[in-house]
Amino acid sequence: MNASSEPPSPAEISWRIQPQGDRCLIITFGDRIDASVGRTCLAAARKLRDAQLAGVTDVVPSFVAVAVHYRPDGVGGGPTCSALTARVNALLADGIPVGASAERDIDIPVCYGGEHGPDLDDVARAAGVTPDDVIALHSGPRSMVFMLGFAPGHPYLGLHDEKLNIPRRPSPRTVVPIGSVAVANRQTVIYPNRLPGGWNIIGATPLTLFDPAREPASLLQPGDSVRFVPISADEFNRIRKAQP
Amino acid sequence: MSLTVIKPGMLSSFQDAGRHGYQHQGIPAAGAMDERAHRLANALAGNAGDPATLEITLTGPTLRFDAPACFALAGADLGATLNGQDIAPHRPLVACAGDTLAFGARPANGVRAYLAVHGGFALPAVMGSESTYLRSGFGGFQGRALAKGDHIALRTPLAAHRDLKALRDALWNLRIYLPGTLGNPRRTAIRFLPGLHWHEFSEATRDAFTRSEFRVSPQSDRMGYRLTGPALALDQPRQMLSEAACFGTVQVPSGGEAIILMADRQTTGGYPKIAQIATVDLPALAQTAPGDTLRFALISLDDAQRLDAERERAFTQLHDALAPLRALLTPA
Repeated sequence: MNASSEPPSPAEISWRIQPQGDRCLIITFGDRIDASVGRTCLAAARKLRDAQLAGVTDVVPSFVAVAVHYRPDGVGGGPTCSALTARVNALLADGIPVGASAERDIDIPVCYGGEHGPDLDDVARAAGVTPDDVIALHSGPRSMVFMLGFAPGHPYLGLHDEKLNIPRRPSPRTVVPIGSVAVANRQTVIYPNRLPGGWNIIGATPLTLFDPAREPASLLQPGDSVRFVPISADEFNRIRKAQP
Repeated sequence: MSLTVIKPGMLSSFQDAGRHGYQHQGIPAAGAMDERAHRLANALAGNAGDPATLEITLTGPTLRFDAPACFALAGADLGATLNGQDIAPHRPLVACAGDTLAFGARPANGVRAYLAVHGGFALPAVMGSESTYLRSGFGGFQGRALAKGDHIALRTPLAAHRDLKALRDALWNLRIYLPGTLGNPRRTAIRFLPGLHWHEFSEATRDAFTRSEFRVSPQSDRMGYRLTGPALALDQPRQMLSEAACFGTVQVPSGGEAIILMADRQTTGGYPKIAQIATVDLPALAQTAPGDTLRFALISLDDAQRLDAERERAFTQLHDALAPLRALLTPA
């Protein structure tokens, strides 16, 4: 974790661009999960998306990298890997506005423990703290959405306190209930659907994380700043009933 | 004004060229497994845009036209018949109300066929695409594969007063030249580019990947093809961070068996990536069936992009050449 809370200036950021086949570039900004590298990826992704480069269909940030998916135009044969690499390099060298645009602040209500969080006690034991401490560690500081992946609208958030640096469960569950909030490796995932999963479930949110009929379909977007808000089981039921 | 499903077939779902622009929300692109055949079917049905076609898998459906329509088939030869008569692939054809389209009259050659109708099927766009994402149940027709008794409306059926025999004759007299790069692919080896972690795999593994034969496992579907063959291993096993994956990314979980990510792939993956299939060979790959054997051969990035661009240009040219077809089908 970077000790400094200042966003790094572009001069300190370095990256490497590699082709992933003939229709994708991967731009790598670091080699381990870190809030500062994560913010750089999100800022670079935003800049590349806003540039609306010809032929580019998707810009996908992840923990330490940004993918640029593209396809040929059917006329001139472009964009080629080399031309697009040069264009991306020029855009990034011109400056990556880390922290320049306001993050969205989003509250995610979570009912911790009990039937919604069957692994809360295990997590507390592994972390060497009480279940209430786990809730405080998880819901106190804000978390950042590093990326979405694995399933539609499925976020990876972090980074949590070092005490929450616990491994995934030894064997994954074949089905995790919708809305489950689960931790491992100082990160949180939220299951937007009934899915298989190996993370430690400490609670559940009554919010609908993914709805293909909604715009945007995913409740959370890369870069969002999230606060987990502890709620009771009654509040959980009330909020879930009110979801469309 | 619709198509009625008499029998659904093994797996028939609507797919277009994919749901692009939403992968940063974790939303898979989905789309046709053999995008070339999907686009070819559309072009041959006189469609200018990219409406969804019906992706038909091995055992085809039985469908009844309840309205006259122009349609075309491309991709695998799954033994299609109209009212029991063999029909030509890669031609615009006319169905009358009551005609039955069926499959299975001949042994399958390939795995996936694409049925396009002129004007497209009346499907709602979900995030800009008519593709079905089966795993989450959205897009296409009610987010699922076809089922018996479904009625699929056609967006623009042929006008009731059309002289169908005259149209059929006119279509039959059209000369349609299909560039080689758009035809059904036959390849002895699937071409690939080194994956992001190619150099981290052992020399023996890299050698095995380029020289050995692999078999497509029965646990293969629209999401991924699992391969059985020599075990593949990194020199120094290590944890990878999740990052974006593509159609054709070949990843290797710790068990050592490769998985090629296909149309319904997740947007990101956390396994080491040994290879990336050249886009030009994805259609050939999508037409291989469980049990088939595969070989892989390296191609340079320049060559892969040149072949990919050539195919795209061939589509542009075909589209231009089919202007007379679209003129015949567009009501005056």
